[in-house]
Amino acid sequence: MADRPPIDVRVQADDFDVAAESEKLSRLSSNVGAIVTFTGLCRDEDGRLKTLELEHYPGMAEAEILRIANEAADRWPLLGLTVIHRFGRIRPGENIVVVVAASAHREAAFSAADFLMDFLKTRAPFWKKEHLADAEGGWVAAKAGDDNAVKRWSPPD
Amino acid sequence: MKLVYFAWIRERIGMPEEDVILPEGVTTVGSLLDWLKGRGEQYEYALAEPSVIRVAVDHVHVAGDAPLAEAREVALFPPMTGG
Repeated sequence: MADRPPIDVRVQADDFDVAAESEKLSRLSSNVGAIVTFTGLCRDEDGRLKTLELEHYPGMAEAEILRIANEAADRWPLLGLTVIHRFGRIRPGENIVVVVAASAHREAAFSAADFLMDFLKTRAPFWKKEHLADAEGGWVAAKAGDDNAVKRWSPPD
Repeated sequence: MKLVYFAWIRERIGMPEEDVILPEGVTTVGSLLDWLKGRGEQYEYALAEPSVIRVAVDHVHVAGDAPLAEAREVALFPPMTGG
């Protein structure tokens, strides 16, 4: 296995600054030619949702995201990778998750960010509970589409 | 051994975690789930549908036939919905 690039995984209640995280990776190396950022936001589901409550498994959440990030770094020639996932109460319009992938050329950064999100959704121990504007709400059910999305990625050679 | 529960499994069992001493014969994740189901109504309700129970041993996802011999912390939770 080649040397891995800097990998920064954070699980936190506080919000994050997407531009600042991207800027940090751009300064890692003068060979950075591509940065892809994916940001997941809390939607209000057309006014239905009041807040989202994200429960997580402290310790395993960080460990599992790091395992996925390491796998991405082993698959693609990345120069830096940052993943931040929030927990706690999140209101519509707020950030939930960000993945920032830096590489020399765009293909690696695009693929790594895509891969990270597919595996985060199905393997990182977080659970969403909806609190609705005018009804009780409840736990969000896992989507079959998310399970299918991970099947796009064949095992590494 | 410490058991930890998350999301609706935690709510249905009615506690976030507990320490248990496994009876003889409970040596795998699958046999742990079977044993827990017999511990009372709330466990039966939480674990009624085995196909939606995910298990981690010491912070690593495992399958139903995973051994428990070295386990310190076993977590039970529903399919994940982060991201």
